[in-house]
Amino acid sequence: MIPDFFQTFLLLDLFPLVSALLAAISCGLLGNFLVLRKQSLMGDAISHAVLPGLVAAFLITQSRSPGMMFLGAAISALATVVLVDLIKRLGKVEPGAAMGVVFSVLFALGVLLLENASARSVDLDANCVLHGNLQTLFWTSSPTEWNQLLTPDTLGEIPRQVWTLLGTALAVIAFVSVFFKELRIVSFDPGIATIQGIHAGMMHMALMGFVAIAAVASFDAVGSILVIAMLICPAATARLLTDRLGSQIIVSVIVAIITAIGGYTLAALLGVNAAGMMASFAGVVLATAMIASPSHGIVAKALNHRRLGNLVALEDLLGTLYRLSEQDNEASIANLYASLGVDNRTTKAIDRAEFDGLIVRVNDHIQLTDEGKHQGASIIRRHRLWEGYLVTEAGLSPDHVHETAEQLEHLKGLGVRTDIQPERDPHGKPIPPE
Amino acid sequence: MRPGGTSVQPLIEPIDNASEIVKVLTLHGGFNTNAVILGTTLLGIAAGVIGAFALLRKRSLTADALSHATLPGIAGAFLIATALGYSGRSMPVLMLGAAITGVIGVACIHLILQHTRLKEDAAIGIVLSVFFGIGIVLLSVVQTSKTGSAAGINHYIYGQTAAMTRSDAYLMGTIGVIASLIALVMLKEFMVVCFNEGFARSTGMPVWLIDSILLGLVVLITVSGLQAVGLILIVAMLIIPPAAARFWTDRLWRLVLISAFIGGLSGYGGAAISAIFPRKPAGSVIVLVAGSLFLVSMLLAPTRGVLADTARRIRLRLLIARDHVLESLYEIELGIANSMHPHASWWLIRLMSLRGWIKQDPHGLVLSESGREQGKRIHRNHRLWEQYLVSYADIAPTHVDWSVDQVEHVLSDELIADLEAALLERGISIPASNGGRA
Repeated sequence: MIPDFFQTFLLLDLFPLVSALLAAISCGLLGNFLVLRKQSLMGDAISHAVLPGLVAAFLITQSRSPGMMFLGAAISALATVVLVDLIKRLGKVEPGAAMGVVFSVLFALGVLLLENASARSVDLDANCVLHGNLQTLFWTSSPTEWNQLLTPDTLGEIPRQVWTLLGTALAVIAFVSVFFKELRIVSFDPGIATIQGIHAGMMHMALMGFVAIAAVASFDAVGSILVIAMLICPAATARLLTDRLGSQIIVSVIVAIITAIGGYTLAALLGVNAAGMMASFAGVVLATAMIASPSHGIVAKALNHRRLGNLVALEDLLGTLYRLSEQDNEASIANLYASLGVDNRTTKAIDRAEFDGLIVRVNDHIQLTDEGKHQGASIIRRHRLWEGYLVTEAGLSPDHVHETAEQLEHLKGLGVRTDIQPERDPHGKPIPPE
Repeated sequence: MRPGGTSVQPLIEPIDNASEIVKVLTLHGGFNTNAVILGTTLLGIAAGVIGAFALLRKRSLTADALSHATLPGIAGAFLIATALGYSGRSMPVLMLGAAITGVIGVACIHLILQHTRLKEDAAIGIVLSVFFGIGIVLLSVVQTSKTGSAAGINHYIYGQTAAMTRSDAYLMGTIGVIASLIALVMLKEFMVVCFNEGFARSTGMPVWLIDSILLGLVVLITVSGLQAVGLILIVAMLIIPPAAARFWTDRLWRLVLISAFIGGLSGYGGAAISAIFPRKPAGSVIVLVAGSLFLVSMLLAPTRGVLADTARRIRLRLLIARDHVLESLYEIELGIANSMHPHASWWLIRLMSLRGWIKQDPHGLVLSESGREQGKRIHRNHRLWEQYLVSYADIAPTHVDWSVDQVEHVLSDELIADLEAALLERGISIPASNGGRA
């Protein structure tokens, strides 16, 4: 006996969820290449522009025959790609505008046809086009016993949308894995691809063809809005999390799965439109990645920036103290503030240096410890070596190099030339030894 | 206007329809219809003007994201207004909501561009789909809530003029006029920012402020067109007219004028057609009218149109082929060549003898007086340029001929005089036109 809640799940939620997952995976995979090639909006254009094809097929055959609808949509998707290219080339119109012209005209045509179609009282509804009709995909003869789960009878009741989406997902996975190398080269460098004998134009058309297929197959179940969201958001999220294309693709599929399940669950709990919720959830996931990505996130970048700022402040402090000690000047705290500027950063740098044992405070004076002196010397050494370099190699005049050297001294590991060991900098000050 | 039950009526119907059509087109079709047509026309003009700047500033698709991002605002405004006890369908309230989320959407695009390595296309796509998704979610909340049906709100997606009241139409028209006026006042600033942002910055122009004003105008057009055209198609009114106008001119103020004209015509035509025929949603018809105008412009425009361009190209190719034939005939006469140029085909020969460049005689083709003159000139140009390339451009004499063949046709008289002078100065003798290398 299958428990009640699970029976309800099988009846109402299993197929919508599976459809959404399959659509998300197909679109998410293909989206990687669209985002890389800066053609994300081609997916948008295609998913708007398949409308007239769908409706025309419906009007001609007078039925929702899936094969014909698919054909109609595929034809208008292809027409979109060709028309955009044609207008771009013949009319010398900016790509964005060319896309806008084509998809809006085709979509308008679709809406017009749709109005005519629904005038004949049929079940093709303008709003379904946007957000699909996931809720109609219930399993009419969902099993009540475990042993009925996989019998031919119950399996035969699986809605055709699920089969279409399954086929599409498998085709897309096959396409991406077989042509991974070609897609990668074409996406990054079409010129190199052509030299290697890969037809960049053909790959472009093949990719667009698969985007069209995925859009058309997903359309019926999840609606165009989810197609667009899934083509762009998972790939964009993955792009913020990884640097390599291979891992980006894997991450994008994981993100697509999380988005589909999370969005669907939320929609079911709140009782709102599932396709819309999944698209919104894709946005939430993306925003999270944008903020919290360990390598490219806003927080990580801000922290890194701050850490660097503190380091620079500390190095400036040690350098200044070293200079003062060179001239046998007393380093009073007031003196330090005068030369480094009165700000929070300097105060923090003093605390930090004291904590690390680089300086000691004696009354209101500061003295470098041996370790502090060593580090200060190496900073001043870098500074003066850079000054020397800027004068002798870059041809700057000695009184213009201080500011530049002040910034360059913080760079490490650049391998300042060690074969010449000047004793003094352009101003005649000694360069401390290593 | 549907055929009635009797069999006589369909015969009378077309006549009735015809006068009805004229009435609507000449703005005699009833007060409400007139208001809608007028409002849409004004909106179309404004969209044409502002779209022109948006296109030049490459903001066309930002407007697409913006218009999709208005949906959560519309649904949200409806929910909030009904919760507070006001009518959720009042147009100003919904427009305010739409404008707020639209602007938030554009701000999100900027945030994404600023803080991540995603490119503009991805940022636009993300905002477009996520905001629209949120809107769909809110719409489904509206539909299930007890406070009211969402029937009025759904119209904002695809647009419906039939649901518009007269005051809605007036509001739309007024906003159109105001937006156009602002755009015309700012013409100079927009122009500088569009064509030379760097220059604008260096002269201390507040580029961000000008951009924000442009964006504000786009928002105005978008939200005021929502009810008539719908949020998916409103962007077409901003993109198509300027893209079509671009074929007709290279000058900015003409571009703005033509774009305004095309936009106004689309608005007028679309609204009128949808008033005449039942079940023709105005938004789609407007966009299709604009699309047809785009197609006409792309094919027929005299300067940048596809047909004119093709004709120009064919003409140039014919001229070059003619020159080659004349040159080789002249060289055959001189005895320095003995075969015809491969460009000579029977129809070209025929065309040339019709024009009187060449004559048929029993021994074959001979040059007419004018043809000989022309052949001589081309031959001399060829030699002159060849000489120039050899002495100035360091090209090996064996490689000269090929590049000369392409250039000899486009040498202007001044350039020839310059070449002669330059060669003389270097003490290089100018090639004579009789083929001798002097």
